[in-house]
Amino acid sequence: MDSATFVQHSVNGLQLGLMYALIALGYTMVYGILRLINFAHGDVFMVGAYAAYFVGTALTQKNPATGAALMGPGMATAMIALVAAMAVCALLGVTIERFAYRPLRSAPRIAALITAIGVSFLLENLCVVMLGATPRGFPTLIHKHDVFSVAGVPISNYQVMLFILSLLLMGALQYIVQHTMVGKAMRAVSFDQDAARLMGINVNAVIAWTFVIGSALAAAAGMLYAMNYPKVEPYMGIFPGLKAFVAAVVGGIGNIPGAVAGALIMGFAETLVIALGYSTYRDAVAFALLIVILFIRPTGILGKGLVEKV
Amino acid sequence: MRTTLRALFLILGATLALWTSGCTQNPPTTGGPSGATSGSPGTTTQTSAATGDIKIGCYFSMTGGTATFGESSMNGIRLAIDEINAKGGVLGRKLSYQLEDTQGAQDKAALAVQKLINQANVDVIIGEVASSSSIAGGNIAQNSGVPMLSPSSTNEKVTKVGNFIFRACFIDPFQGFVMARFAKDNLKAKTAAILTDKQSDYAIGLAKAFRGTFEQDGGKIVGEEFYIQNDTDFKGQLTRLKQLNPDVIFVPGYYTEAGLVAQQARELGFKGPLLGGDGWDSPKLTEVGGEALNDSYFSVHVDVESSVPKVQEFVKAYQAKYSANPDTLAVLGYDSVYLMADALTRAGSTDKAKVRDALASTRGFQGVSGTITMNADRDPVKEAVVVAIKDGKAVFVTSIKPAGGDIGTGGDTAPATTAPSPAPTGAASPGADAASPAASPAADASPAASPAADASPAASPADASPAASPAATEAPAASPGTP
Repeated sequence: MDSATFVQHSVNGLQLGLMYALIALGYTMVYGILRLINFAHGDVFMVGAYAAYFVGTALTQKNPATGAALMGPGMATAMIALVAAMAVCALLGVTIERFAYRPLRSAPRIAALITAIGVSFLLENLCVVMLGATPRGFPTLIHKHDVFSVAGVPISNYQVMLFILSLLLMGALQYIVQHTMVGKAMRAVSFDQDAARLMGINVNAVIAWTFVIGSALAAAAGMLYAMNYPKVEPYMGIFPGLKAFVAAVVGGIGNIPGAVAGALIMGFAETLVIALGYSTYRDAVAFALLIVILFIRPTGILGKGLVEKV
Repeated sequence: MRTTLRALFLILGATLALWTSGCTQNPPTTGGPSGATSGSPGTTTQTSAATGDIKIGCYFSMTGGTATFGESSMNGIRLAIDEINAKGGVLGRKLSYQLEDTQGAQDKAALAVQKLINQANVDVIIGEVASSSSIAGGNIAQNSGVPMLSPSSTNEKVTKVGNFIFRACFIDPFQGFVMARFAKDNLKAKTAAILTDKQSDYAIGLAKAFRGTFEQDGGKIVGEEFYIQNDTDFKGQLTRLKQLNPDVIFVPGYYTEAGLVAQQARELGFKGPLLGGDGWDSPKLTEVGGEALNDSYFSVHVDVESSVPKVQEFVKAYQAKYSANPDTLAVLGYDSVYLMADALTRAGSTDKAKVRDALASTRGFQGVSGTITMNADRDPVKEAVVVAIKDGKAVFVTSIKPAGGDIGTGGDTAPATTAPSPAPTGAASPGADAASPAASPAADASPAASPAADASPAASPADASPAASPAATEAPAASPGTP
């Protein structure tokens, strides 16, 4: 393997890992606060991609009469679509929490978990009924072009944007959780809901905020994913969602840096498997990794028992 | 914590199982209800008033996930029957048909054929689209000794059911042969790589035939990589293949993956052509793949934009009757009726064994989808059309005939290629841009289809457009479900 190929594989792995990381953050946040694995997260991701698809199409579509689009592809268009998708999913996340999870908060954990699976199927099938199961091509939001190259491997403006946006979102999340009042309240609720309530924290509001943030992250991931793999369909959230869930568990579910670490490990591991010529084993390796890590460290790489959960 | 995690893990397993089953339910999406613009779904029966009619039993999926398959096929069949009857019928008798709905299910297909034979006493049978259904129905027809012709089942196994089972289309491995010959002779490729959908028998069959023919012709397959359906990231595989510097990459899968593969191949800097089979034949192909697909090629059954008079006559008649553009399935349904009529005429009676023999001895039959000669396996020996993608549209390049009738293992004769024709007629979609979902020849065959072509996907979901293309879209998708 020459150096260019090696660098190319590394770039592929990093890109895939960042995709997983953005989704994994939402899983890990909700788990950290509620001890609930929000299996509908992958479908919120899908809804985010659809929201960006509709906004992006409306903005970039050429008017048949004038031949001009509202806004051509460009960074501004992408940002508008991103904000719109995040807003739609934030709203969706709060709604799901209010009507599906809140009534079950005192029920056994398994009930909430099964409800989450139910919500997942609900979202997928609603989408099939309302929008059809036919895959749709995602509009071009930014014209991809190569901005620089590393060892002969071209790096596109999209990849730069993905990298910067991922770091920004992860940084913002870490900041919110560690340095704001909402974050402090989240950490308090995560430790002990009843004690937090006694201290005057509005637990319902804090949990709603958790879903707002988690779902908005899923939307951002959904849009970035669809920009890279320009296709949206109702079942697109299942596999990325599962992989991201594995990443979150590998990193130590409930732990934000852990989710990112787990996702990057997953991305690189999958790429490595393909680079070695075993492309059909990529999914098997992802899930085998989960089993191995859970054997060695049941709490994940960065998980520390019950302490310092978000 | 430990127990929690263990429980969690158990649940994950259960969920995985659930979700995987959810995945398989993911229907090969079709235009759904919108496909049912002409003709009514469900079991339609047109009983023959006069006992003198020659009865054709038809079984197709008229409802369910693949309803557009049956719809398109029957449109072609009805048109052909009307035309033949208008000219006085066959053997001095009129043709009539009885249609049974299979709902796209194998068991229903077997029942439908049983009903056609035992209750309706049909003389011959035409059906199904999906290979698995044709095999199920074919078994019944074979046991009862009724000649059956499948218009569009491409899986090899269909005609292996028995000596009463025929088809009107080419078979899967032939496309691998066609694309290998095309790569070698037209593109002058010396090396090729293959990226195969490992979950699909269809793609594996194409890949195998491509490899065989390409290597036999002196080319070199430098590498083969795999993916599975619904994968979205192919960069790892493509990075490996690109490193081997192939002249072309053969991607014998379906349109959604092919579009993504093209995008990622271009991002990685691969500049050569990508090749595919009729699994690419969908407006969705360029909707996903966009400009990345320029100068890529795939094989199809028929070019409805062709200037061949026979094709043009058919397209005009079809548009007049249905106010829509014909797709591949309609063409093959139409040809099936004429093939049957031809065999009945030559047999001189409706005696089932004589009709069978006549079908088997079909030589040089001029159909819309090409010149058909039945080989010893009761599979037609006919040409395939290779189209190029130029700015989101499929443009006729050449047609390739099987060499010496021996598919896949071709002899020393060079493929007979017809001269490239200036296929894109002036009528083709004005203002179609790269994003226009006009990959299928059917979609831009006439101005009628162009409003759909230049509107962007959101405003006009392609499957709501008047063009019958969604069915063509899904035609290849029928094959992966085959046993």
